[in-house]
Amino acid sequence: MTYLDHAATTPMHPAAVEAMMIELGRTGNASSLHASGRAARRSVEESRESIAASLGARPSDVILTGGGTEADNLAVKGLYWARHAADPRRRRVLVSAVEHHAVLDPAQWLERQGAELVLLPVDADGVLDVAALAEELARHHDEIALISVMWANNEIGTIQPLSAVVATAAPHGVPVHADAVQAVAQLEVDFASSGLDAMTVSAHKLGGPTGTGALLARRGLGLEPVLHGGGQERGVRSGTLDVPAARAFAVALEHTVLDRPTEAVRLAALRDRLISRATEQVPGAVVRGPIGEGRLPGNAHLTFPGCEGDSLIYLLDSAGIACSTGSACQAGVPQASHVLLACGVPEREARGALRFSLGRTSTDEDIDALLAALPQVVARAQAAGLAGVG
Amino acid sequence: MRVLAALSGGVDSAVAASRAVEAGHDVVGVHMALSRSRAQERQGSRGCCSIEDAGDASRAADVLGIPYYVWDLSEQFEQTVVADFVAEYSAGRTPNPCVRCNEHIKFSTLLDKAVALGFDAVATGHYARIERTDDGVPSLHRARDSAKDQSYVLAVMGPARLARAMFPLGDVVSKDEVRAEAAHRGLGVSEKPDSYDICFVADGDTAGFLRDRLGSAPGDVVDTEGEVVGRHDGAFAYTVGQRKGLRLGRPAPDGRPRYVLDIQPVTNTVVVGPVGLLDVYDVTAKDAVWFADAPSEWAPCDVQVRAHGTTVPARARAVLAPDGVPGGVELRLHEPLRGVAAGQSAVMYVGDRVLGQATIARAAS
Repeated sequence: MTYLDHAATTPMHPAAVEAMMIELGRTGNASSLHASGRAARRSVEESRESIAASLGARPSDVILTGGGTEADNLAVKGLYWARHAADPRRRRVLVSAVEHHAVLDPAQWLERQGAELVLLPVDADGVLDVAALAEELARHHDEIALISVMWANNEIGTIQPLSAVVATAAPHGVPVHADAVQAVAQLEVDFASSGLDAMTVSAHKLGGPTGTGALLARRGLGLEPVLHGGGQERGVRSGTLDVPAARAFAVALEHTVLDRPTEAVRLAALRDRLISRATEQVPGAVVRGPIGEGRLPGNAHLTFPGCEGDSLIYLLDSAGIACSTGSACQAGVPQASHVLLACGVPEREARGALRFSLGRTSTDEDIDALLAALPQVVARAQAAGLAGVG
Repeated sequence: MRVLAALSGGVDSAVAASRAVEAGHDVVGVHMALSRSRAQERQGSRGCCSIEDAGDASRAADVLGIPYYVWDLSEQFEQTVVADFVAEYSAGRTPNPCVRCNEHIKFSTLLDKAVALGFDAVATGHYARIERTDDGVPSLHRARDSAKDQSYVLAVMGPARLARAMFPLGDVVSKDEVRAEAAHRGLGVSEKPDSYDICFVADGDTAGFLRDRLGSAPGDVVDTEGEVVGRHDGAFAYTVGQRKGLRLGRPAPDGRPRYVLDIQPVTNTVVVGPVGLLDVYDVTAKDAVWFADAPSEWAPCDVQVRAHGTTVPARARAVLAPDGVPGGVELRLHEPLRGVAAGQSAVMYVGDRVLGQATIARAAS
């Protein structure tokens, strides 16, 4: 099989599997006082220190969670609740229009609870309009609870100008959160030098297990918990710590950071070949998102005119190629991507989207297999797209 | 063959797909999303259309080891089935949305898209049989289990589309056989209740659904002499042959029950009268579909005018439709049928083989 869906999930690193297997064989609740509890706690804290070191953070910044979605929810809701409680005027939640649903949906949920949601616009490549953010801050700085802008977009690979976002927000004292789930595996990510107040990471996007992740939150940042209970993780995230997952997360991250400089170069070359050949071979195919430096090295995103995304996925799947439309389903039904719509892509074109995402196991042969199948697949999907209309 | 199995989330379509897999075909499951605003859980006796049903369909595909996709056909369904259903009722006719869906969605939009994607056939959980001549010409037959037979709602597709259809359940002897087979194959939907309501009328309240769409339109209920005997909130809420829910203030002079005889949309009037006036011997129909040569001379056949309705002996011949275009059918019934309404489908059978299908335009005693 040709696996071009690493942004959905990527194979676990063998070293992470091994580390996890060892921990799975051990007993111990990291909150217990006896010897096995101490051993578990030691393992978790060493994992935490390793995760922090890999991400340029302090160990105390790391709040382990049950994945990226939970970390995003904790950041958006937790920051809003804390900041709104400290000053009831702070009702505005600023997020980019191209956020992942794990940020967008909690923000929309807060809106239904009385918050004011501001979707910050992006340009045609999905790059945040920093001037619009600056204007919003100038006008409403004392009403803003938080800003959340993703490090890199999961669909079209756009890398956001986060240093400009942080610099714009800092004078107003408004906290900035970034979902860095897609970034960590491929871009240099340093929490301390980023100036961010909070940042989301997910283990399974970088060779760790699913169901684990972290919110990095600088010390002193007020966060109301989403989960209440035993008071673990600074009292912000209750729940018995998952020792094997934390260990595997740390190991996967160590390998990711070590290999990242060479991997980024290798994947960018594969990606550039994929994009240039695919657009040559398929008339009308359009690259979405920025070209070159401004894009995640492992992300290629194209729209194919007259096609339905699910027809393309089906035909590629039958040809042994796994990829994604990149956008989420709503009630089980494929929807035109909110990211593409926010970039100004007409709905009709947005429906024929495919995201190819590369990772550690991607090879030249994967790209060859895709390019060999793609022209026929698109031609057939176009015929089916027309059939569906009639 | 490459077969697309339509999976509603119910037991019939799951077993049909499983039989297609068993027969050695390369099968892909597709669930049609027919509504934009789908409920999370099943409601009442509907067997499809909720997110829970889509989940059941997905789970069945997993058990069978076949790929599974959801196709959003909600726009086409709203335009060609739901809107037509409302328009037909408001014009005083009695549409059959399942016939319409088979004609325009399952064996049209779905089938065309499937063929374009390289599939050879669409398999569904319908109860009907397809036989083929040595030349491969298909004919449509009643299911072995006559109580479950659905050839009536399938006849509309005609022979060309039938050639691409597959009904793996046509030979089952009873629903129990299907449920047992589902349980045997590990399909969790084996005990799921049958559905029988119109899928897009969530609570089975068709009159309420029509009222929501068409608003209230009060008018008179009259007897055959034209005398007003009651009032109604909208003639669209009535069907020919209906007895219950007429809310007539005064009993008939002879004390016998009264039935809806006619719906007159122009004057928004419902005509009621004694049961004897419901008997129909002559039917004119249009938009005929034939599985054999259209009979230019009177041909003997049996006629059925509603799903699971009785069948009466008759003769039929192809004529020009009332509006002068080809595709008309005249039917002479040897025994009367009651409650025949414009808009219903008339299906003609020879034995258990479907001869043709047409939409009733006029009925007369």
